[in-house]
Amino acid sequence: MEYFIQQLINGLTLGGIYALIALGYTMVYGVIQLINFAHGEFFAAGGYVGVIILGYCAGKGIMETHPWLCLAGSFVLTMGYCAFLAVGVEKVAYMPLRKQSRLAALLSALGMSIFLSNGLMLTQGVFDKPYPGELFDGTLFEFGLVSITYLQVMIVSMTIVLLVVLNILVFKTKMGMAMRATAQDKTMSSLVAIGSNRIISVTFAIGAGLAAAAGIMVGLYYGSVRYDMGFIPGIKAFAAAVLGGIGNITGAMIGGLIIGMVEIFGAGYISGQYKDVFAFIILIAVLYFKPTGIMGENIDDTRV
Amino acid sequence: MIQEFKKTWKKYTIGMLWVLGLLWPLLGIHPDGTLSFEKTFTVWFYIFAGTFVFFIIYLMNQSGSLKFFTTPVSKAWEKGSVFTKTVPTWVWLLLAFVLALIYPQFTGRYAQDVAINVLIYVCLGLGLNIVVGLAGMLDLGYIAFYGVGAYSYALLNMHFGMSFWVCLPFAALFALIAGCIVGYPTLRMRGDYLAIVTLGFGEIVRIILNNWMELTNGPNGIMGFDRPGIYLPNFENGFFSMTWEHLWLKKLHLLYYVVLALAIVTIICIHRLNFSRVGRAWESIREDETASELMGVNTFIYKLLAYAMGALFAGMAGAFFSARMRFVSPESFTFLESAMVLCMVVLGGMGSIPGIFLGAAALIILPEVFREFELYRMLAFGGVMVIMMLFRPEGLIPAKRVGTRSEEREA
Repeated sequence: MEYFIQQLINGLTLGGIYALIALGYTMVYGVIQLINFAHGEFFAAGGYVGVIILGYCAGKGIMETHPWLCLAGSFVLTMGYCAFLAVGVEKVAYMPLRKQSRLAALLSALGMSIFLSNGLMLTQGVFDKPYPGELFDGTLFEFGLVSITYLQVMIVSMTIVLLVVLNILVFKTKMGMAMRATAQDKTMSSLVAIGSNRIISVTFAIGAGLAAAAGIMVGLYYGSVRYDMGFIPGIKAFAAAVLGGIGNITGAMIGGLIIGMVEIFGAGYISGQYKDVFAFIILIAVLYFKPTGIMGENIDDTRV
Repeated sequence: MIQEFKKTWKKYTIGMLWVLGLLWPLLGIHPDGTLSFEKTFTVWFYIFAGTFVFFIIYLMNQSGSLKFFTTPVSKAWEKGSVFTKTVPTWVWLLLAFVLALIYPQFTGRYAQDVAINVLIYVCLGLGLNIVVGLAGMLDLGYIAFYGVGAYSYALLNMHFGMSFWVCLPFAALFALIAGCIVGYPTLRMRGDYLAIVTLGFGEIVRIILNNWMELTNGPNGIMGFDRPGIYLPNFENGFFSMTWEHLWLKKLHLLYYVVLALAIVTIICIHRLNFSRVGRAWESIREDETASELMGVNTFIYKLLAYAMGALFAGMAGAFFSARMRFVSPESFTFLESAMVLCMVVLGGMGSIPGIFLGAAALIILPEVFREFELYRMLAFGGVMVIMMLFRPEGLIPAKRVGTRSEEREA
């Protein structure tokens, strides 16, 4: 039982991270119907920029005095960096192809993904880069075999905050309304003076910002980052987005949680070696039996 | 005109500043708490210089100042193509065949090795071409079938002592079955879902190869199986009392002939398929699935067939690959390998056989020539894929019959 609860907590942490990445996929898909293969690379870039900023703080000695300030700063700067990166990538590689076939845009996205991950490799090296995370270690709560670390609390609460902010942004602001309108009908929304190019850029920026936050969390949680770390979580997060019903924000959050739970419980109770396989099997099963996903029935109304 | 010019310059400047802004945090912030600018600017300057040359050429081409050069070249090209058309195609094919046959006589080990690689990738590219180029389905897990073929030969030879030539059809069969298993649940999906599911399947196959220790020996791989062998007639004791003599194909140029034969068989099969009823059905599915279904094409069966045929050729190429290396490990069947084969198909031109030949040759030979820049290989692949899609989505040698899908026309 204690093992079960521990796995539940681990699954919640991992699921939150997947949910953050999945949101970017689902939002971009909702707006321009493109699987943004480079999204996993935004996540990896986030992990790297986070470690660079935290490392700089540690080198300057700010880390010892104000650890939480450093962490907050690295989150903000990294999310900004990745938003900047994503907007540029969109302008260079996807915008000119909007009128072209979907295969062309998909291949361009794939090329961009390979390009970015190798760019990261060339600038940052082939080996794992450790996170200076000892300050956030330590256990908050221990009950028998169950333990919750500060880091897990931080990750889960950060995820919740980001998701709430995103929900407010999408469902309560004018910008969010414009985004939803663009997702539903691009031609019609441009007739009511919504600049679709601007909305698409904003969508990319938000999605990449969330992925960047997830990148730092993964770096802190596992202790290191690698240049190709975006690939597998990218596919899993996409599986989460599809599971929840692609284009649907709430669906992506639920899908991320389910995928995270399945992975942790699969690894814990079935086989640790095959943990990457479970997410793919779920993806295939969902697409086979219910291609619209869990929240798919109202896909046309509440799409981002 | 002037305004356009200004706009282009502005875009270029913003782009370059953007690159600088992205590079600096990665290169200029150090973990010891210092900031530096020198390295960032050096790297940026190289990027700037490189892109600037292309940018200027692009601008000159746009404004027509390169006409003094491009007009004669395109005229010469036209004249050349008229000339090549007057000579019947079979003459060119015969010439290419003879050149391919005598190639090992004039080249060394290294060149033969490269040629074998090119031909393996030609087989793979042609197989993928059925799925992507003809049937219009993006398959990102294609290398899994190559892996199935390679492991089939390795395991059959290890455990049952079957020879290469017996294993070849079995490898093809196993890959075909794998193709059907992957294809059956996935083919109901639309284009982009299919891409991600095949990617997932490719990863599943790799993870299984990596973790099933009893069967595949995990990440250590399998080694120590036989080379392909052939039986040669021995006439030493006179014509009527001839015996068969067994010969292992140890020499590289003999292996080259094996893969050449494999590639030629693949090319003939694909060419025949392309211009058959099946090929037309595939093309109609690519152009418009709904319409072709209304015309009486059983789209599901034909899509499954495309998948299975693609897998079959990959399986044969895989069997040859393992027979040549005499070593297989899951490392050879990663996603990047799939992406590379896809890049060949895209670069050469989807659906065109000479295009894929060119694509495979370019992507194998160029990295060999630029050995010093080995690190930048995958970066260049990614970049080339994006640039091809932006400027020439139909590839270097486009296929003859290319249309647009109806859903794109209305968009």
